[in-house]
Amino acid sequence: MSLSVRSLTVGYGRSAVLSEFSLSVASGEFVVVAGPSGCGKSTLLRAVAGLIPFAGSISVDGVAVRGPSRDRALVFQDDGLLPWRTALRNVELPLALQGVPRALRRSRALEWLERVGLAGFEGYLPRELSGGMRQRVQLARTLAQQPSVVLMDEPFGALDAQTRSSMQELVTEVLAGTTTLFVTHDVDEAVLLGDRVVVLGAGEVERERDAILAAVKA
Amino acid sequence: MRWALRIGSVAVVLLLWQVLTASDVRMWLRFDQLPTVVEVAERFAAQVGGPEYYHDLGNSLARIMTGFLLAAVLGIAFGVLIARSPLLGDLLRPPLEVVRPIPAIALVPIAILLFPTDEQGIVFITFIAAFFPILVSTRHAVRALPTIWEDAVRTMGASRWQVLFRVVLPGTLPGVFGGLSVGMGVAWICVISAEMISGQFGVGYRTWQAYTVVDYPGVIVGMVTIGLLGYLTSAAVELLGRRVTRWLPREALR
Repeated sequence: MSLSVRSLTVGYGRSAVLSEFSLSVASGEFVVVAGPSGCGKSTLLRAVAGLIPFAGSISVDGVAVRGPSRDRALVFQDDGLLPWRTALRNVELPLALQGVPRALRRSRALEWLERVGLAGFEGYLPRELSGGMRQRVQLARTLAQQPSVVLMDEPFGALDAQTRSSMQELVTEVLAGTTTLFVTHDVDEAVLLGDRVVVLGAGEVERERDAILAAVKA
Repeated sequence: MRWALRIGSVAVVLLLWQVLTASDVRMWLRFDQLPTVVEVAERFAAQVGGPEYYHDLGNSLARIMTGFLLAAVLGIAFGVLIARSPLLGDLLRPPLEVVRPIPAIALVPIAILLFPTDEQGIVFITFIAAFFPILVSTRHAVRALPTIWEDAVRTMGASRWQVLFRVVLPGTLPGVFGGLSVGMGVAWICVISAEMISGQFGVGYRTWQAYTVVDYPGVIVGMVTIGLLGYLTSAAVELLGRRVTRWLPREALR
C-alpha cells in the first residue's frame, strides 16, 4: 500500500500553508515528517486523510484521494476518542461502521486492546484513563480499522518522557510493515522511529540528529 | 443533617403561613384573605380522595407530554438541521427568529382561531413554548461540538448518517438536555396559562374555576399541584439527562 503526494498545495498564494509539496511512502515504509510547530505538518496529514480541500494529487496505490475513507486512519494527539464510549466501544467503532456483526467486532476489539496492553480496561471511559492509555486505545482502534495507510499527528506530543518512550516501542512493534506517515516536532523521535525522515521545507534528510536539526533550522 | 435543614426550612415557611393567616394578620399585606394551611390541607385531602382531581391531572399531563415530546423531536431535528446545513440555516432561521421572541401565551388567539378544538390549541401553545429553548440549545450544542470527533469517525469511513447518529447526536446530548429542562419549565407555565384561558378540565382550568367561585383553598391546592407536577417532570428530565450523559466529568454534572 504505497502513498504518493504530488505538488500538494493547501491554501492560496502567500497564505498557502503548504505549497508544491511532494512525498512518496513505499508499501510498509515508516516515514517521519519533522519540522517546527506551525510549518504545515498537521495540514499535510489532514489533506492526506481527505479532510480538507487541496490542489495537487494524493493517491494510495494509484487511487486518487477524494475524501476521507477507512483506507487512511488518522491518529490524533489527544481527544480523538469519543468520550461517551468505553475503551472497548471506541475500538469497536470502526468495525461497527463497517457493519461487522456484534460478537465478532467485540472479540476483535478485545484482542486489539490486549495487544496494546490494555486488557482489563475495556469498560473504562476515556476520561478515566491516563493520556498514555488513551493513546493506546487510539492505536488499538486504528489497528482494528485495518487501514492501508496510518497517519499519526504528533500522537505522543502530550505525553511525559517515560510514557512516550514506551509508546514509541509499542508503535514500532505493532505498526511494523504498515505504511505509516508520522508527524512530529521531536527530532529524537524522528530518528528513532523513521525508516526515512523528511523535513518540511527542506526535503528528505539523512536520518541523523544533527542533519535533521540543521534542516529544521534552515 | 442537610436533609433536616431542608425539611426544617419548609416547616418554618408553613408555620409562618399558618400563624399569619389563622390570626388574620393585616399589615398592608392582607393575610386574613388567604386560607390557612389547615384549610388547604383538608381541601387537598378531600380532592385527592375524589376522581375529579385525577381526571384533571391526567388531562394536564397528557397535554404537556404531547406538546413537550413534539417539541423535543422537532426542536432537536430543526436545531441539528440549522446548525449543520448552511442552506437550511438560511432558509429556516429568519422565520423562526421572528416567531421566537413572541411569548407562547400571546399566541393563544391564533391557536383558538387555527385549531378546530381547544384541546389541540393548548397542545400547540405548550409545543411552541418548549420548542424554542430546545431548538436554540441544540443548535448551540451542535455548533460547539469539537470537530476532532467528527474527523475521527470520518477517517474511519463513516457516512453522513453515521456521523449524525454516532457523533453529533450523542455529543450534543449534554447541551440538548439543558434545553429540555428549560423547555419543560416553560411548557408548564404555558399549559397552565392556556388551560386558564381556554381549557376544559386540567389543573390550570380547575385552579381558575376555584378562584371564580371564591374557593380559595381550592386555588392553593391547584397551585401546589402544579408545583409538584412541575418539580416531578423536571426531575424526570434531569434524571434521564444524567443517565445518558454519565460520560461527562462529574464536576460538569453539578
